[in-house]
Amino acid sequence: MTLNRRDFLKVVGGASSLALAGCAAQAPAVSSGSAAEIMPKTGRRVVVVGGGYGGTIAAKYVRMMDKSIEVVLIERNDHFVSCPFSNLYLGGLLPDLSSLTIKYDKLIANHGIKFVQAEVTGIDPAAHVVITDKGRLKYDRLIISPGIDFRTEEIKGYDAKTPEIMPHAWKAGPQTVLLRKQLEAMKDGGTVVISVPLAPFRCPPGPYERASMIAWYLKHNKPNSKVIILDANPDLVSKGALFRKGWDMHYKNIIDYRKAAKVTEIDVGKKAVLIEGLDEVRGDVVNLIPPQRAADIAVKADLVGDDKRWCPIDANTFESKKHKDIHVIGDASIAGAMPKSGYSANSEAKVCATNVVRLMNGQPVMSLSGINTCYSYIAKGEAISVAAVYAVKDGAIIAVPNSGGVSPADWSQAKTEAIYAESWLKNILTEMSS
Amino acid sequence: MKHRWKYAVAAYAITISAAALAVEPDAAMLSNACAGCHGTYGGSAGPSMPSLAGHSKTAIVEAMKKFKSGERPSSIMGRLAKGYTDQQIELMGEYFSKQKIHFTNQKVDLAKAKRGAELQEEHCSRCHLDDGKEGKDDTPVMASQWLPYLQMQMELYQTGKRKMPERMAEKVKPLSPADIEALLHFYAGVNK
Repeated sequence: MTLNRRDFLKVVGGASSLALAGCAAQAPAVSSGSAAEIMPKTGRRVVVVGGGYGGTIAAKYVRMMDKSIEVVLIERNDHFVSCPFSNLYLGGLLPDLSSLTIKYDKLIANHGIKFVQAEVTGIDPAAHVVITDKGRLKYDRLIISPGIDFRTEEIKGYDAKTPEIMPHAWKAGPQTVLLRKQLEAMKDGGTVVISVPLAPFRCPPGPYERASMIAWYLKHNKPNSKVIILDANPDLVSKGALFRKGWDMHYKNIIDYRKAAKVTEIDVGKKAVLIEGLDEVRGDVVNLIPPQRAADIAVKADLVGDDKRWCPIDANTFESKKHKDIHVIGDASIAGAMPKSGYSANSEAKVCATNVVRLMNGQPVMSLSGINTCYSYIAKGEAISVAAVYAVKDGAIIAVPNSGGVSPADWSQAKTEAIYAESWLKNILTEMSS
Repeated sequence: MKHRWKYAVAAYAITISAAALAVEPDAAMLSNACAGCHGTYGGSAGPSMPSLAGHSKTAIVEAMKKFKSGERPSSIMGRLAKGYTDQQIELMGEYFSKQKIHFTNQKVDLAKAKRGAELQEEHCSRCHLDDGKEGKDDTPVMASQWLPYLQMQMELYQTGKRKMPERMAEKVKPLSPADIEALLHFYAGVNK
């Protein structure tokens, strides 16, 4: 039963179960080479690719703003695991990933979104077609929130098996669980190496929060152990002064931060990384976070710019500068001053949805107003934050001057912010899943 | 000279029209950005974050202005409020005032809530109207706000970090800590 079901096209929501029946019946009649159309397009349609922080919100807000537009959300999994807060699991402050996991059933039922569980294998911008492993889908406008993949080719010795030994855990799920298991199995007195790639990468403060959370776990369970951070950047990329203060307060003899230490080569057998191919650093646990780019599908669909890494977009509509009627949001996009964060993706999705609906209704584009809020835990019950408001000036997304910023340096807010952070997660995941 | 003027005006007009291609953010555009933390349409699911839905425009505007000036203590709200013009804050106030009040259906201590209902009637109902579902002037909506949020704010008031309005201080002064706890349970428990 399970095996058969998995092989079947999984379509959920509204009238689409009828479409499934029709499609399945017609599928054999389609000539080889051109996959069957999953749901023939009748009215106006927006297709959203990716069910994470960006995609869920884009799908929901298009429907909230115009019920006459059909929205199809395509996602390869039937659930989503949040990267934000996954470092707490690594630190032993969460028992599992269940509180970070959302399902799509309420979201699609509440808003009449059609859900297709499929892997997107290509996009035909001229024909306005998304190609998946389950068939093709036509769109009027496409919103893609594909996330990131890795530039592993820049690390000598990295192959497909490397993440099983040196997990990146930079996409929450099995990789996170693997890294946690390695930490649990490590002997007291061991060394954890965290390799941080050159910016830009997903979640700028993420590596430093991770180091804090792993150090918290070690301090209370394996106190003779160490965390070595090898940061390819000239200094901490985000909340630097606050992280340094927190580490001084809590992890003075545990965290060893090394700046401008770029890992270019690895020896998986020795569990060693090499800085600039020279200095070897060995770890009992190696959390190798490779340099990043927009996810494979964005590269394959020719949405990345001259840098071959990230997707250039219009600052208000998030429409691709490479292909018309395709909008790119979230970590994969070049969103000016907005960082590659979950909250940014949420905010960008709403701006994009607003303007997609306006464009489809022949209304003028509206200028972006966005927010980022981001909390990082330093220890159990202590967190720091960064927040900013964004607007568009001269065609670029900028942080509104004289606003935003990080937590006060006197640590007076750390306990309150740890409480707020929990509600941050609760609210943003609720928004995505209902 | 006359021609130069014409060219200058023409060039200016082109700049304006390029900028004018995008209209200014409206109330929904501005307010949607808040929903990641305060919930869709301002209905919060997070126990330390207030719902914004159903507050009066004045309540939202006054709160934002106090965050902006630092008069009301905050962690990130002050930093964010500084990113908006007074006019934009007015638009957000208008947006949230038009949303239906968000009922949280949270569990409260029923005995405390019952006592709280009596105290509400006796001491608070002149500003916290209709079981706290409405507020006089800039009085915020209390009904169905999360209990932890209400408790955190009351602590800020009582430690003097958040300035209590005089008309409120007068009423709160004779109340015992148990009375106040009862009132908060009452407000949190209002669910219709």
